[in-house]
Amino acid sequence: MITQPLITKRCGNIDPLQIDSALKAGAYSLLKKVLDLSRLQVIEEIKNSKIRGRGGAGFPAHIKLMSLYQENSPQKYLVCNADEGEPGNFKDRYLMEHDPHLIIEGMAIAAYAAGTSRGYIYIRGEYQKSIEIMKQAITQASAKGFLGSQILGKDFSFHLEVRSGAGSYVCGEEFSLLESLEGKAGRTRVKPPFPTVKGLFGYPTLINNVETFANFPIIMDLSGASYAKIGTPSSTGTKLLSLSGNIQNRGVFEVPFGIPFRKIIDELGGGIPEGRQLKMVQLGGVCGPIIPEYLIDMIVDYERFEVFESKTGAGAIIVIDDSQDLFELLANISDFFAHESCGKCTPCREGHAQIRKTLDKFIHYQACEKDLISLESQARIMHQTSLCGLGQSAPTSIISALYFFRNAFFDRINASNCQEVSA
Amino acid sequence: MQTETIVQRFPKVDDYLIEILLAVQNNNPEHYLPEKDLHYIAEYLGIPDSRVSGVVDFYTFFSTKPRGKYIIQVCDNVPCRIRHSQVVINTLEKMLGIHFHETTSDGLFTLEPTSCLGHCDESPVIRINDDVYTNLDSEKVTKIIQKYQAREEKK
Repeated sequence: MITQPLITKRCGNIDPLQIDSALKAGAYSLLKKVLDLSRLQVIEEIKNSKIRGRGGAGFPAHIKLMSLYQENSPQKYLVCNADEGEPGNFKDRYLMEHDPHLIIEGMAIAAYAAGTSRGYIYIRGEYQKSIEIMKQAITQASAKGFLGSQILGKDFSFHLEVRSGAGSYVCGEEFSLLESLEGKAGRTRVKPPFPTVKGLFGYPTLINNVETFANFPIIMDLSGASYAKIGTPSSTGTKLLSLSGNIQNRGVFEVPFGIPFRKIIDELGGGIPEGRQLKMVQLGGVCGPIIPEYLIDMIVDYERFEVFESKTGAGAIIVIDDSQDLFELLANISDFFAHESCGKCTPCREGHAQIRKTLDKFIHYQACEKDLISLESQARIMHQTSLCGLGQSAPTSIISALYFFRNAFFDRINASNCQEVSA
Repeated sequence: MQTETIVQRFPKVDDYLIEILLAVQNNNPEHYLPEKDLHYIAEYLGIPDSRVSGVVDFYTFFSTKPRGKYIIQVCDNVPCRIRHSQVVINTLEKMLGIHFHETTSDGLFTLEPTSCLGHCDESPVIRINDDVYTNLDSEKVTKIIQKYQAREEKK
C-alpha cells in the first residue's frame, strides 16, 4: 500500500465523542512526555523534523514557534485555522470528525513550546458537525485535566475555545481569520507586521492549519530526526490528500511526500469511471493550477504544488475527465472568487468582473485573439497586485490553463464569430 | 426563546459578535435577523449599530430578510459541478418552482447557493438547515424534498 497512516492512524478506530476511547489508543501521552522537556527542547524536535505548514503556504513550522517563543508580551495567542473553505479540500473536516483529541494535543504541545495560555480553533460555519465534535472534545479534555489551568499538575495553563465562521472563504487567510475572531468583517490587513509579531487583538499570535498541529504529537513520538526521514528531503512527513472529481474512489488518503500523482489517481483513486479519459487535474483546490495528463507523473511535494507561484499545497486533487468543458470550469471558478472577494483592494474586486466578461466571450464562441491577450494580462495583474492570497491565487487556474491548454483557447477563437476588426 | 435571553448567555465582549448573531439567527423560525435584534445586540455589546450591520452584511450566513423554514443550500463548486450538481439544481428549481435566493409561497423552503461544504468525496452535495445530503442525483433529491413535504403535511 502507498498510504502511510500516521496522523490518521486512530481515525475510524476510536469514538471521537468518547475521550476514554482516544486515551486507550494513546491520546495525550505525548503531551505528558513534552511537559517533562524544556520548551526549547520541544522546538528543537520540531525543527529537526523539518515539518512545513500544511495549510498551503508550506512555511517551516519551527520558525513560527520560535518567533512566538521569543516574543516578550503579556499575552500571546495560538490559533488553529480550521476554516477549510477551499473547494476540493476536506481533510481537516475528516481529522476533526475522527480524531479531535490529536488536534487538541498538538495545540497544547505548541502552546507549551511557544509559551501561550490561550487558544482558539476557528472552524468554518459550514462544518456544524466538526464544531460540535471539537467542542465536546474540549469539554472532555478539560475535565480530564489536559486543558485548563495547571495542566497535569505542571505550571502550564492552556485555555482553548471553538469559534465559528459564518460563511466567508477569505477568512481562511490568516489576517482575515484574525479579524473575524475579533468579531469583525473578515477583511485582511497589510503585512508586515506578521501575526507572530502583531496578531489577534494586537498580540503575538501563532496560526497553524489543523493538519500541522496534528503532526506535532507524531513528531514528539517518533523524534524529529526519524520524522524527517519520511517523505522527501525538502518535504518531510506525510500529507493528507483530498481526492475528488471524476474518479472511482474519492476520499482522504494519507501518503508520504514523494509519491507520484499518477499512482494516487490509479492505485488509490481506482482510475476514471464510465470509460472516460483523464483530461486534467486541478491541484490544491480551485485556487490551484490546472495541469494536463502528461504532468501527473510528477511527485507530491511542496515544490510541485507550487506551479505558477501558487502556494496551494493543502493537498486537494480534483480529477477532471474528458466530458468537461475547460471554459465552463474556469467561469465557475471565477464566479466563486468574485463572490468571495472581500472588495478591499481594487485588482481583486474589479479583476473578477473583467475576467468573467472575457471568459464569457470564449464560452459563447465570440472570442477574438485580443481577448486571449486581455485575459492573460487581467490574470497576471490580479495575481501580482492583489493584497492577499485570495486575489493572488484566484487567477491561477486561468494562468495555468493559458500555459498548458493554449491550443484550446486558439481552437475556440478559430471556432468563434469574432466581431472585432483586427488592427 | 427571547432574543434577549440568548444574547445574555454571552459575555459582554465584542469579539463574540459573530457567535451571538449566529445564535440569534438560528433561534429565529424564519432564519433571519430583524433590525430590532441587531439594535439590541449592538446595545448589549456597547458597539455602534453600523459595526453590527457591517458584519451582518459581510458574512453569507446572515440574512436581514425572512427566509423559509428549511434552507436548502446547494453546492456548485468544481468537485460538485463535474459530478452533475446542475442536475440537482434543475430538479430543485422545477420541483419547488423557485430560483436561488427565493422562498416558496408556503414559506417552507428557501433555495440558496453555498460555498463548498467539504464533502467533495460524496458530491454533489446539498445541506438542508444542519443536515448534509450526499451523492445526489435527480431521483434522490426528489425523495429528500418529498420527505420534508410529507413531514410538514402531517402537522
